[in-house]
Amino acid sequence: MNLKVDGIEVAYGRRRIIHGLSLPELPAGSLVALVGPNGAGKSTLLRALAGLERMQGGLSLGGRDLTRLNAAERARLLAYMPQQLPPGIALSVLESVIAALRVGNEPDVLRASFEALARIGIEDLAEQSLDGLSGGQRQLVSLAQLIARKPQVLLLDEPTSALDLHYQLRVMDCVRELVREHQLLAVAVLHDINLAAACADFIVVLHGGQLYASGAPAAVLTPALLAEVYGVEARVEQCSRGRLQVLVDRALPRVRSGRYR
Amino acid sequence: MSAYLQSAGAPALEAAALSYRRLLLRRSVLVGVLLALLVASVLADLASGASGMGLGQLLAGILDPDALSATERVIIWNVRLPYALMAVLVGAALSLAGAEMQAILDNPLASPFTLGVSSAAALGASLAIAYPLAIDWLAPSGQVTVAAFVFACLSVLLLQAMSRLRGAGVESLVLFGIALVFSCNALVSLLQLLATEDVLQQLVFWTLGSLARANWEKLGILAAVLVVLLPFSLRAAPGMTLLRMGEDRARSFGVDVRRLRYASLLRISLLAATAVAFVGTIGFVGLVGPHMARLLVGEDQRFLLPASALVGALLLSLSSIASKLILPGVIVPVGIVTALVGVPVFVALVFRRGRRL
Repeated sequence: MNLKVDGIEVAYGRRRIIHGLSLPELPAGSLVALVGPNGAGKSTLLRALAGLERMQGGLSLGGRDLTRLNAAERARLLAYMPQQLPPGIALSVLESVIAALRVGNEPDVLRASFEALARIGIEDLAEQSLDGLSGGQRQLVSLAQLIARKPQVLLLDEPTSALDLHYQLRVMDCVRELVREHQLLAVAVLHDINLAAACADFIVVLHGGQLYASGAPAAVLTPALLAEVYGVEARVEQCSRGRLQVLVDRALPRVRSGRYR
Repeated sequence: MSAYLQSAGAPALEAAALSYRRLLLRRSVLVGVLLALLVASVLADLASGASGMGLGQLLAGILDPDALSATERVIIWNVRLPYALMAVLVGAALSLAGAEMQAILDNPLASPFTLGVSSAAALGASLAIAYPLAIDWLAPSGQVTVAAFVFACLSVLLLQAMSRLRGAGVESLVLFGIALVFSCNALVSLLQLLATEDVLQQLVFWTLGSLARANWEKLGILAAVLVVLLPFSLRAAPGMTLLRMGEDRARSFGVDVRRLRYASLLRISLLAATAVAFVGTIGFVGLVGPHMARLLVGEDQRFLLPASALVGALLLSLSSIASKLILPGVIVPVGIVTALVGVPVFVALVFRRGRRL
């Protein structure tokens, strides 16, 4: 099911964070990376898509108006993964995934939970306490909770921020496989441009709460865009295996207008 | 099963299922053990007292009240049984309210005592004691109970109103509760300052919290409140477990967090207000009970809520026994005992968990 975002406005009090944002239709079966500098509105947009922020504008999935659905109906279609799983929770890993399913309609919560852990490759952690896990392992459990619910759209807020290189690739590969196999849509906020270039089918660049650019990584990621949006002098080159690599040389000084020189 | 998820190997899945079932069994057994300990504690509470009546004599008297002398009947039916059962019901109500408060406010320090419900009840009771109304159909002691209940409910309604304000987060609620504690305590102090010596004595005694105010009518009301509300608490348990893992996660998985909090605050107001109105301020049970239960059965609220109620009941029942033993011939108000026992237990819990409650 394709996701349509049409003229979204999000504000915190009087401060507008997202200004009339429309995106090209995001097709099912693709992994979309939301990138941009700090304060660009990436996480706010993701939260708005998840129904966690009040928003105005149009939002539909496969022609279904998401803004008219209640929380439970929406949760069957979209699932959101926050950046952190809070500490101090006296639950085992398996229990925490089961807890994510108990508020849904899953008939066999135990099997679905264990298989979600197996899909990410952390079934050996099933009996461990959440409190005893590293930050990265907790992020993996968080992802397992999400995919156990089998949503149509995965909304991932910096899903790899606490992971080592191995698990960064493993998680993104897992998400990409799910997306391909089941024609899902994944929208992930990513800070690592090279990870976005390597994994995403589409990149959406936000800047100042507005859409700056969108499209395939090779078309979007240019030295000019990186200078304008991130304020860095960078090269975009292909490595010996044909993969896109962003090589950052230096930070550009900011001039009075707020732009970068 | 959809191929959405990786099909796990049957032996691995079976092992996980077995281990999970064992975990659930262990938790159920622990809840059963708590229940058995509570029964034992109630029997010990019934058997203790200045009159020297033993447990056998007491049980025989309960089974055959006609065989008792008038004095024995008063001791058993008007003192021992109401005191012992009130300790159980008040402990269960306060601890259940505390467990729900900690879950929905995501704050380990939340309890009816720390968030102002008890202080508001004390203010209501103090006003009724200091300025009784001339109402024919309601005696001054009844007015105290009603005023305490109304003020306790008002405090939770204020918390609810805060939670409905746009932009009011959980932190604002907790800060508001703490502000309420200080405001109510200041007003109670002012009333004490203005009171005559006789009234002052009554004011101080009420705020101490005592099972001596127990009677069968109050027991019936509190038992009814618990029996009616506990199923609703258990029904909300899965949403509360998820809420403990973060509000955004719970909301995105379909939990109507605002409604969950609102309904829970309503239950908390009834549980805490009824308990506090009947026996006065009893601290720490609502705070420590849920933490002890969490150590035993973990965070799954389906087990934690009933376990909290049982631990709270057990703590207050044991405190009731201690209140009769500390000073021979004198029943120390149980509120003093829970505070004295609660503080070291609480500190021990904080250190045991590395200050991460």
